[in-house]
Amino acid sequence: MWLCNSSVGRKVVMSVTGLALVLFLTFHACMNVVAIFSEEGYNMICEFLGSNWYAVAGTAALGALVVIHFVFALILTFQNRKARGQNRYAVTDKPEKVEWASQNMFVLGVIICLGLCLHLYNFWWNMMAAELFHIQGLAHSPADGYAWIAEVFSCPVYFVLYLVWFCAIWFHLTHGIWSGLQTLGLSGKTWFPRIKCISQIWSTLVILMFVAVAVFFFVKSLCCPEAACYSL
Amino acid sequence: MAKNISFTIRYWKQNGPKDAGHFDEREMHDIPDDTSFLEMLDILNEQLIEDGQEPFTFDHDCREGICGMCSLYINGTPHGKTERGATTCQLYMRRFNDGDVITVEPWRSAAFPVIKDCMVDRSAFDKIQAAGGYTTIRTGQAQDANAILIPKEDADEAMDCATCIGCGACVAACKNGSAMLFVSSKVSQLALLPQGKPEAAKRAKAMIAKMDELGFGNCTNTRACEAVCPKNESIANIARLNREYLKAKLAD
Ligand code: HEM
Ligand code: SF4
Ligand code: FES
Repeated sequence: MWLCNSSVGRKVVMSVTGLALVLFLTFHACMNVVAIFSEEGYNMICEFLGSNWYAVAGTAALGALVVIHFVFALILTFQNRKARGQNRYAVTDKPEKVEWASQNMFVLGVIICLGLCLHLYNFWWNMMAAELFHIQGLAHSPADGYAWIAEVFSCPVYFVLYLVWFCAIWFHLTHGIWSGLQTLGLSGKTWFPRIKCISQIWSTLVILMFVAVAVFFFVKSLCCPEAACYSL
Repeated sequence: MAKNISFTIRYWKQNGPKDAGHFDEREMHDIPDDTSFLEMLDILNEQLIEDGQEPFTFDHDCREGICGMCSLYINGTPHGKTERGATTCQLYMRRFNDGDVITVEPWRSAAFPVIKDCMVDRSAFDKIQAAGGYTTIRTGQAQDANAILIPKEDADEAMDCATCIGCGACVAACKNGSAMLFVSSKVSQLALLPQGKPEAAKRAKAMIAKMDELGFGNCTNTRACEAVCPKNESIANIARLNREYLKAKLAD
């Protein structure tokens, strides 16, 4: 199958899975900002997304996207190291045009993966998994997403870890979005500066939305400290 | 006014692809700064021969930026640091200063094994070209130049792509050892012209397949290639190649 056997095919898989994840991330960010404005509104979304099989199927599909993206990233990185060969240059001078993120997509991806594990443990486990597996005795109701956000971001350690994670995602996306479009051939002399600009603005907006929620709940916890750090 | 400079040259010595290789060093004295880089290496070789040592091996031919043979990785940049649009043979010693240490390495990429010192085997590029970088035409009397009308912009763009001299600097600069800038330029020079259209699908598939088979890496759009290309080829060519390839595969 050319999607696995050819270099351009493998890149198409990276690109399609990556861009699908970008769309999901955009939706996720929009959903999160609701929590800043309305507790009821946010919990309504949580209820809607937590208790039905469509949401579970959606989660499984997302999981599959991440796994495919990750496995192909591994294959690509491995092949590229091999193509580079054993001998390294003694002196290298990186051209200005070459952006840091573009050279470190794999490392950034690994950080994103670690952050994702933490994130799933913090939220998914307590919310969707708690409902699916009828886990009892948790601090908050599985549908009370608002309380879970408040709890996680009241802890300074989590707060900082999440900010680092957001940073890594931002770098990954500033390169990933335009690179994904370029891989699909949706670029050229005229469109290249445009997709680069779109990529920058889109990733910044998405990440700022996530950061806003984290900061809002962290600051809120500083103002009313009774929500202590009891989950650590 | 030309002035003379003195510097240390560190050049890569390697006896064939299996050898580990090492750097040799030599002090160069009073080299006029309007000497070209390759003339400076000629002077180095004359001195080495006079001292009874083995000369330093490197590729070159036209020495005027059109053949694509010269291929030295100088102080961390393929073809040395110039304003883009220059090959190694078009690099002059006025780019360097008195007392510099100049490090010269070969293109380092698995698909370009070292033949000797800084001469590498780039026949992989010929094989990719032979896989599809041509049009099949009936030979015979040359047609009238106006028989097939081509818009000026298309002709210009195809010409820009065709100026790729197959030097391999793009591969040398790429952390993925990818040949996409070269292949995309060679595909584009034909894809942009009506004569290239009939075989476009076959060509894109065959050249990519050959490129993969020969062990070049997967492009991740780092843009290191276009930053060093002496002919200023653009990654817009790579986007075009991706389009050509996707179109061909989806039509299968
Ligand atoms: C939510 C998570 C993620 C999103 C939204 C995302 C998005 C993207 C996008 C859009 C691309 C560009 C595809 C292309 O250039 O063809 C990409 C490339 C890549 N991603 Fe991810 N990614 C994510 C997670 C990961 C993870 C977990 C890894 C694992 C190590 C990873 C590693 C890579 C690598 C190595 C590339 C290839 C570099 C490149 O093509 O420029 N990504 N990603
Ligand atoms: S694309 Fe540029 S760097 Fe690559 S082979 Fe052609 S001329 Fe050399
Ligand atoms: S020797 Fe021909 S391009 Fe440099």
